[in-house]
Amino acid sequence: MSNEKKWENICDTNDILPNMGVCALFQDQQVAIFKIVDNAGAERLFAINNYCPFSKSNTLSRGLIGSLDNKVVVASPLYKQHFDLETGICIEDGITNVNVYSVQVNGNTVQLAA
Amino acid sequence: MSPKIKLVVIGNGPVGHNFLEYLVESGESAKYQVTVFGEEPLPAYDRVHLTAWFKTQSVDDINMVTEDFYPKNNFILHTGDKAASIDRENKTVTSESGLTVSYDKIILATGSFPFVPPVPGHERNNIFVYRTIDDLEKITAAAKTAKVGTVIGGGLLGLEAAKAVMDLGLKTHVVEFAPRLMAVQVDDGGGAMLSKKIEDLGVSVHTQKNTQNIGDGEDAVHKMSFADGSELETDIIVFSAGIRPRDELGRSSDLQMGERGGIVINNNCLTSDEDIYAIGEVALWDNKIFGLIAPGNAMAHAAVDHLTSTGSSEFAGADMSTKLKLMGVDVASIGDAHGNTPNSRSYTYVNDREEVYKKIVVSEDDKYLLGAVLIGDAAEYGSLLQFMLNKMELPPEPEGLILPSVDGSSSGIGVDALPDSAQLCSCLNVTKADIIEAVEAGATDMAAIKSQTKAATGCGGCAALVTQVLNSELEKLGVEVNTDLCEHFAYTRQDLYNIIRIEKIKSFAELLEKHGTGLGCDICKPTAANILASCWNDHVLESNLQGLQDTNDFYMGNMQKDGTYSVVPRVPGGEITPDKLIVLGEVAKEYGLYTKITGGQRVDLFGARVEQLPPIWRKLVDAGFETGHAYGKSLRTVKSCVGSTWCRYGVQDSMGLAITLENRYKGLRSPHKIKLAVSGCTRECAEAQSKDFGVIATENGWNLYVCGNGGMKPRHADLFASDLPEEEVIKYIDRISMFYVRTADRLQRTSVWMDNMEGGLEYLKSVIIDDKLGLAEELEKEMLNVVDTYQCEWKTTIDDPEKMKRFTHFVNSDKQDDNIIFTTEREQIRPVLSPEETLAIEVK
Repeated sequence: MSNEKKWENICDTNDILPNMGVCALFQDQQVAIFKIVDNAGAERLFAINNYCPFSKSNTLSRGLIGSLDNKVVVASPLYKQHFDLETGICIEDGITNVNVYSVQVNGNTVQLAA
Repeated sequence: MSPKIKLVVIGNGPVGHNFLEYLVESGESAKYQVTVFGEEPLPAYDRVHLTAWFKTQSVDDINMVTEDFYPKNNFILHTGDKAASIDRENKTVTSESGLTVSYDKIILATGSFPFVPPVPGHERNNIFVYRTIDDLEKITAAAKTAKVGTVIGGGLLGLEAAKAVMDLGLKTHVVEFAPRLMAVQVDDGGGAMLSKKIEDLGVSVHTQKNTQNIGDGEDAVHKMSFADGSELETDIIVFSAGIRPRDELGRSSDLQMGERGGIVINNNCLTSDEDIYAIGEVALWDNKIFGLIAPGNAMAHAAVDHLTSTGSSEFAGADMSTKLKLMGVDVASIGDAHGNTPNSRSYTYVNDREEVYKKIVVSEDDKYLLGAVLIGDAAEYGSLLQFMLNKMELPPEPEGLILPSVDGSSSGIGVDALPDSAQLCSCLNVTKADIIEAVEAGATDMAAIKSQTKAATGCGGCAALVTQVLNSELEKLGVEVNTDLCEHFAYTRQDLYNIIRIEKIKSFAELLEKHGTGLGCDICKPTAANILASCWNDHVLESNLQGLQDTNDFYMGNMQKDGTYSVVPRVPGGEITPDKLIVLGEVAKEYGLYTKITGGQRVDLFGARVEQLPPIWRKLVDAGFETGHAYGKSLRTVKSCVGSTWCRYGVQDSMGLAITLENRYKGLRSPHKIKLAVSGCTRECAEAQSKDFGVIATENGWNLYVCGNGGMKPRHADLFASDLPEEEVIKYIDRISMFYVRTADRLQRTSVWMDNMEGGLEYLKSVIIDDKLGLAEELEKEMLNVVDTYQCEWKTTIDDPEKMKRFTHFVNSDKQDDNIIFTTEREQIRPVLSPEETLAIEVK
């Protein structure tokens, strides 16, 4: 396995509002990217597939983010299942999961890798 | 099928009606062909709450009969037609109008009539009794030209009547023959305290007065002369000197009678004729007449059980303990209130500052409670009654039960000590076991307990005790009654509301930092957003608020199952010009939106992609539309009929009021959605009684109904106040909505909110109308702020290029979401339902 990830530029960091998500088109896939800003001002980015397997719609980027038991999660906006943003696993059933993508900030640019 | 049993029920008062309710509950009612005769022109109403009629003069307030109860059960009800005679030989009943029906069984529930002592002058004009709505109407009419009113009789009903006379604005006197008020239920000390408290209210109490003559007055209509030589001038007189059974039918048909009246019954409520039962105040059991509703209901139960053989309950006398609020004064009497039991001991607590009197009567050995009197504060009534009814052993030094606790701890009963058979609600005969059963079946709050067991829905005196049992049982089941909003905030919604208001918190970050933990979640974020909006009313997409909004609030449309949104412009009152209607059509056509008329009298447009929302709303805003908040926990619609402007039946301009109300409350964020409706006459075409606030026109103004809803568990709204001018309607809705916004739980509709309030509707009235909590001005001010800071969220958003940026599907592409696929049905779009369907469409 190569350590060299192929990063692709997506958008400016300011295009993502604090504690919200956007949907990016990445290698013909819809990817939800979230920016978590804690009270100290520290920023973290997460990226998972935008497709919600429960509602079968491309809507996860529009879910509310938060924490459950110290896990950073997004709630599906239609039926409110929670997905762990680190692992993509659904908190409610522990089985259903969505893809996780690598995301980083390079300068002011948000980048994704598969 | 065997022929039906012919059952004739004579009397349509509360007990007669409850008999029929129990008959239906027994599941046997279809075997009977039921005919009911009632003397009064109206079906049964709740005499116990007769004074409530004075407040609103509306029978709806005290009506006991749901509209379709009689027809639905095929019971034939003859109102305004008294049963005149019973022919036991031919087994027929003949009514005053001449109608004769044959019977197999009869239920006599003719009740009682007010006793008027034969004082000379008692037949003069302007002298009344206090029993029926007809009596109340006469008193009200006479009061219009009167200044002074006097009630003869200082018993329970007499004091109720005095309250009514006082409320009519008359100088009020109560004249009692005995040395104290409520002579049967309370002792001398209690009676004295009661007199004092009632005189504080401006009512003159005259005890030990034997009225000997009523003649012409000098300054008033009547002059009453008493045996002690004193006199009293008054314009109207209301007799409330006790009741007598209406037993004429028993007498004329030769049933066994008591020496001083009353039809003799056995434990099954059978009279001396085995085909005739008697129940309620006409029945004499063990030489006693029972003048309260609870024993009447118990008799009705026993009669149904015996008649249908579906149960085994018998009437074996009744506990006459009672708790009530007379003119705002708490009065309770339990068992042997006078300490008549030989060698009994009593303990008394008197507090002249607070005007409280409490006495308990206990057995010689201090072990058992025999009776009690409570005046001014009856909080211990529920637990004391349980001690007596269940013969539970008292704690050592039983006086502690009525002494104020020094350390704030309650010295009352531990509800766990109550046996399962303990009757908690005597009005509706609900036992502790019934509550436990309801909890085990999943009830977790008082609203659920009330709807499943009917406990605390009669006089409400048991509400506190039932709540304790509920909480204790929940705890036993391991149901932790955790009212924390979520793991991030150890507070209820109401707590958070107060924190945000008092500390003037304007953002979620600040709230979380000061009072919460973690990052928040999809429960607390929208809740906080909602409270912040109710308090400060800033735009939902302000930078410190946008991240809290559920997608519906963020994109200001309801997300549908495929990720598209609905577009619902406000159409106040459902009134729309043809030009605006055309704009809606044009927009829908241009963007290919699915179009439907809603129940809230406006138009839904479905299927808008996120990137289509701004141009759609630009067109709508330019045409004069505003957002309809169909997506928010907020005011939705005010439904209306056309009202007096067009309708030949309309009595008020419902259309005008509906538009005023919708424009006033639009934008108000609340714990759950709120709906209103206004009807222009009693035909109620706008279905206002199914709304959170329903307004119905009367000849004299508007009746306001509150806390109804449709939805999963429909509930009719309760009449809150009658014949209000428009300003009062608005004032009350202002106050109630802000009180709801302040105190309701997250996603709690107004109906459940009110049902969970101790005291329910009456409490709400005291807070809103009488301003019991001194909040009214503040609530109105808060509402005014919401009204004054209103902005159309869509208009502000489309005028702001920064905010517009978010309305794209991809952050890095102009492409559309290729997963949104429509097909056509009935000439309009609809989402495809499954991947298979998608394939089929693509192949085609």
